[in-house]
Amino acid sequence: MSNPLHIVVCAGIVPDPLQTLEPITGPNGPGLKNEMVLPAVLDPWAASALYEAANLAAKNPGSKVWLISLGPKAKLQQVMMTVAQKASFELVPIDGPIGGFPDAHSTAAALADTIQSLPGLDPAKLLLFGGWESATRGAGVTLQLAGEILGITDQFQGVDQIALNDDGGFEVLERVEGGKHQVSVCAGPPAVLGWATGNLPEPRNNPQTGMANMRTIMPALQKANAAKLEANGLRYLSASLPKQQRTTSVVKDLSPGEIAAELATWIGAE
Amino acid sequence: METILVLTYTALSTDIEAGSGAALTTASLEAVTAGINLAAQLGATLTIGIVAVDHASAAASLASTGARLLAVSGEPFAQPRYVTDAAACEALCRDARASIVLAPGSSRFARVAAGVAHRLGGFIDTHITAIGGAETVEATRWFYRQRIEAVLTRETRPWFLLLDAGTNTPFAAEPGPAQVEQIQVQLPALRTTVTGLRAPTQTAQTIRPEAQLLLVAGAGWTKKQLDGKTHPTEAGDLILNFLRLTNASLGSSKSLVDQGSDNQPVLPFLTHLNQIGQTGATPRHLKGLSTCCHGEEPHVVGWRFITERRAISLDPNCGWTRGKADVVYIADAFQVIAKLNALLEANHA
Repeated sequence: MSNPLHIVVCAGIVPDPLQTLEPITGPNGPGLKNEMVLPAVLDPWAASALYEAANLAAKNPGSKVWLISLGPKAKLQQVMMTVAQKASFELVPIDGPIGGFPDAHSTAAALADTIQSLPGLDPAKLLLFGGWESATRGAGVTLQLAGEILGITDQFQGVDQIALNDDGGFEVLERVEGGKHQVSVCAGPPAVLGWATGNLPEPRNNPQTGMANMRTIMPALQKANAAKLEANGLRYLSASLPKQQRTTSVVKDLSPGEIAAELATWIGAE
Repeated sequence: METILVLTYTALSTDIEAGSGAALTTASLEAVTAGINLAAQLGATLTIGIVAVDHASAAASLASTGARLLAVSGEPFAQPRYVTDAAACEALCRDARASIVLAPGSSRFARVAAGVAHRLGGFIDTHITAIGGAETVEATRWFYRQRIEAVLTRETRPWFLLLDAGTNTPFAAEPGPAQVEQIQVQLPALRTTVTGLRAPTQTAQTIRPEAQLLLVAGAGWTKKQLDGKTHPTEAGDLILNFLRLTNASLGSSKSLVDQGSDNQPVLPFLTHLNQIGQTGATPRHLKGLSTCCHGEEPHVVGWRFITERRAISLDPNCGWTRGKADVVYIADAFQVIAKLNALLEANHA
């Protein structure tokens, strides 16, 4: 039995994890040195949410996926060139600042405003997806706040799996302490799901999907609304790289047995 | 003057449906310590809120704090669930009229704290690792997955601070008679039911948050060895034996976990829950041993809170040698772990 869903995925863009990050302080608080020229990618956990959303939509005919992303238009365009080849979605860009230092409450309010004004969105079918934490701020609150603003009180974080039931409800697995999942059954949408890794591999690039997506992405980027994020009393006193640099001892001339003996002592030491 | 509320909850029994245990969770007790310290630092009043099925035992354990004790209790609060936990925490916050709310950053309260802050017209910062400051409250947290450390403050109230586990000593004291104010909560219709906990389908438990030692297995374990062949079965046996002998927790790099979905040789007991680093966990263990892992930045950000670090790698130029580990052994992890297991086995015998 088909249960058409309206899945809204909130996903930011983040510096490529392999880049060196250096904090600098500007007139508006901390940021990253050369932030605008660092290669960017879709936030990893939010990307998992997008792939899960596309998979869910494909299994439920009549479903639709929106991707809402807040960031500088130029960077969004760059990242979408790749992301658009991974899954079918309608991009709803919000032109705003990049980075982890803006206040999450302002970001959530901008996202909720945008969701409420999505043409054709049926709140009764809404599954609000995103990463449970970003790779920038990593606060784990933006999606939750957006859901709360939208009045959604069935929320799940650290999600690795959703399984739809024939009655429109679903079972969801959330990460909890001790390497376990908490299993919940929800009556159905609307709900918020902050995704962890999920179970799907990253889809291969599909140029046809990319071309279809790009036909709507470019006009959407041109029409993107700008968002000014308020600080909400948040003030940074410092932002710095960790000072700890270890003095590494590189041991090249020990046999496996000698290394094992050394490690056994180390493991057993108080 | 600031008014501080610490939100706590009692531990679940192993079977959620069977009810709840009576004791506060370790993370809750850590938050209590943080609350006591912050109240002393600011000369603030302290209130502690308890969410439980039955709060009596938890309240008794907090009697010596001298704090005002509030509780929301009843069967609906046995399950960690957004709608009930948010309602409980909201009621506690409204009654306490706190300007600063501290809560453990566990999965249960991380799920609801931001929503509660919004309901109260407040703001939240999470993953707090330290609270300092003399006249203002200054909170320390990490950004960009433990790559940049920042100290921040807020002028707006109420201010919710979610504390990372392991950053405070758990509060401990002899139980005593406690006066608790029971707060009533009106719950809406419940649409979500928690049916239980599920461990990964592997035969061995490999994630042990309380372990002293973390073993991280990288993708090298499934690559071709000197004989030109892969040995995933042998690798799996070596790793599982090591875990059995040391009670270590097992972490992994994303690349190794992902191999399972790419039809490459895999270690069958690994899941995404084992993942450490940029897209995984940042666990807290005293010691960490990396094996067959490059030690590049996306991996190492997951090691921020590992105190003593050692690595075994065949590559003398791997990332671990560049100030990220204390000791790097240039050697074949297959051989070293086999010898190490034999030694540990002999010691056990």
